[in-house]
Amino acid sequence: MMPFGDRATRLGVVGVVFELGSRIAMDLLEYQGKQLFARHGVPVPSGKPAATVQDAVAAAEEIGYPCAIKAQVQIGGRGKLGGIKIANDRAEAEAHAKAILGMDIRGLTVRELWIEGASQIASEYYASVVFDRSFKAPLMMLSTKGGMDIEQVADTDPDAIASLHVDPLLGFQDFHGRRLAYEAGVDADVVRPVGAMLSKLYQVFVSEEATLVEVNPLIVTPDREVRALDAKVTLDANALFRHPDNAALRDLSAEDPQEMMAAERGLTYVKLDGNIGILANGAGLAMSTLDVVAEAGGSPANFLDAGGGSRADAITAAVEVILSDPKVKAVLFNIFGGITRCDEVARGLIEAFAQIRPQVPFVVRLDGTNGEEGRKLLADAALPNVDSVETMDGAAARVVELARAAS
Amino acid sequence: MSILVDTGTRLCTSGITGREGTFHTLRNREYGTQVVAGVTPGKGGQDVEGIPVFNTFHEAVDREGANTAMIFVPPRFAADSILEAEDAGIELIICITEGIPAHDELRVYNTLKKNGRARLVGPNCPGILSPGKASVGIIPATFFNAGNVGVVSRSGTLTYQIGYVLAQSGFGNSTIVGIGGDPVPGTDFIDVIGMFQDDPETELIVMCGEIGGDAEERAADFIAERVTKPVIGYIAGFTAPPGKTMGHAGAIVSGSRGTAAAKEEALTAKGVTVGRTPTQVAEAAVAKLRG
Repeated sequence: MMPFGDRATRLGVVGVVFELGSRIAMDLLEYQGKQLFARHGVPVPSGKPAATVQDAVAAAEEIGYPCAIKAQVQIGGRGKLGGIKIANDRAEAEAHAKAILGMDIRGLTVRELWIEGASQIASEYYASVVFDRSFKAPLMMLSTKGGMDIEQVADTDPDAIASLHVDPLLGFQDFHGRRLAYEAGVDADVVRPVGAMLSKLYQVFVSEEATLVEVNPLIVTPDREVRALDAKVTLDANALFRHPDNAALRDLSAEDPQEMMAAERGLTYVKLDGNIGILANGAGLAMSTLDVVAEAGGSPANFLDAGGGSRADAITAAVEVILSDPKVKAVLFNIFGGITRCDEVARGLIEAFAQIRPQVPFVVRLDGTNGEEGRKLLADAALPNVDSVETMDGAAARVVELARAAS
Repeated sequence: MSILVDTGTRLCTSGITGREGTFHTLRNREYGTQVVAGVTPGKGGQDVEGIPVFNTFHEAVDREGANTAMIFVPPRFAADSILEAEDAGIELIICITEGIPAHDELRVYNTLKKNGRARLVGPNCPGILSPGKASVGIIPATFFNAGNVGVVSRSGTLTYQIGYVLAQSGFGNSTIVGIGGDPVPGTDFIDVIGMFQDDPETELIVMCGEIGGDAEERAADFIAERVTKPVIGYIAGFTAPPGKTMGHAGAIVSGSRGTAAAKEEALTAKGVTVGRTPTQVAEAAVAKLRG
């Protein structure tokens, strides 16, 4: 499983942009989402996960034919790319499982399959609950144009999407469901079951502390049953302490090794393409540092926010993470201490030099809380290859110069 | 004048007995802020260097007349602490805590909005500083001078950086407000810019935004409609690649929305000068002030 991170969820519907990323968002695989759905009474086709061809065939045999063999990757559009196939017998199940396992879908390798009974489809709808940060309330959407890219629907036929905000203090009411169902224009005989489905999806959203619950397609079968044929669920990682079962779904082994190493140490690290390693404290200053380095003609190798209250050991770990990228030719430390104390940063750097003995030059700019103590510690330690520069702009210019000289 | 915190601030820290809570509360007091109380359930009756600790916010309000709260408790307790402070009648709640669950933030935001009694600044913010009057939070206050530049920012350290460059150019601040980098901030750019517009001491407003969300774009519209004072903008994250989170929960770019370029364009279109680096922002501010 490739957890959350590199993909932001975006819905360009009714002027809403919803975005959450790694560390705070956790994207579930379809089958994990469906298992959550089932727990809350959302009707889903029953199925089984499989990580090998053998298991997939066994699952298909048990479920019966026809069945759907579905690639489990956290990216949309897998159907079009051959990631979903219907098997009518054992031989087909085996062939499809072989073809899909290990397949590359937009840069993601398929490691798991989900096998479920094939559903008969009369209509395909779209339903979602989104954490709308602009409006500061959950946004619910329903459309009869399901089964396709909803962003495309939003662009070409925005009226086909019914939407409303739910007061989070009030919660979902039956009238919300009716209004959405009538406005979206669902078949009259399924207004009630669609409303009930929306109510349950809202319940999943709230009780599992999700930031996105999306069903596309939400289907109506020929015998007029309403079912979630897909499940896209993003959970709030900050709330996982209240949901130990969900927390266990994380699979850190699939994360970028450097980003994982950083996350384990409480650092936010994002790898970029350049050759200047960057460490700053605070997300805003770190982003600004990247900009200033780029403005000075340099190319940052990473974003690294050492966080508030960076202790010495976090700084040591940060140096280790930055230098694990072989492209790094020079490193810039830009610290303006608030909750972070510059003397702690200096201690961390000194410790890092003792442990790692970096071969690339460092430029360090320390200001703010305990700045003087920090600068004095560094001066006394007289580390090789470390320049202390007073200003942010000066430090950026210097590190760009050093990186150029080393390339 | 200044906004939000001043010599009338009577501060009560929730989580005062924790390591960071103690350190920063004492620093706020050292700076001159009237720190009247702290709250830590189970530690009522104790004191932190002479600051009385109570079990509840209600006691802190009744006994010491606290009117401002600073929240320093861990994320899982923060929403409860904010709601307790509001229930006790605290009017201004400044939440430093980072990592509060999004649904907690939603509940708190909507409850406070519905009741209309208290303002929340943050969560995940560095606090508020009115130089020479009061400091609430973790801003390294001694770097800033009193003056006529109001600063509002989504980022803590970036705010320090810009305030520092301004101070070095001989200018000071009326108030510096960190609104925080979370998806559901209690107070937005618009709220603070409106207060600066109404504050006679503030002559120029600096707003530091960053990628993600649409708060800067909404602020641009508000400035065009309501603000007559000059505004200088800054957006962090021009070099951030799309789809990558940059530390702040709110800071991620997807598609063409919420990019630094889009925000810069929205602000520039409404007559806001946008600097490309913190130094450029300070220089633009200095140029306007020397006019």
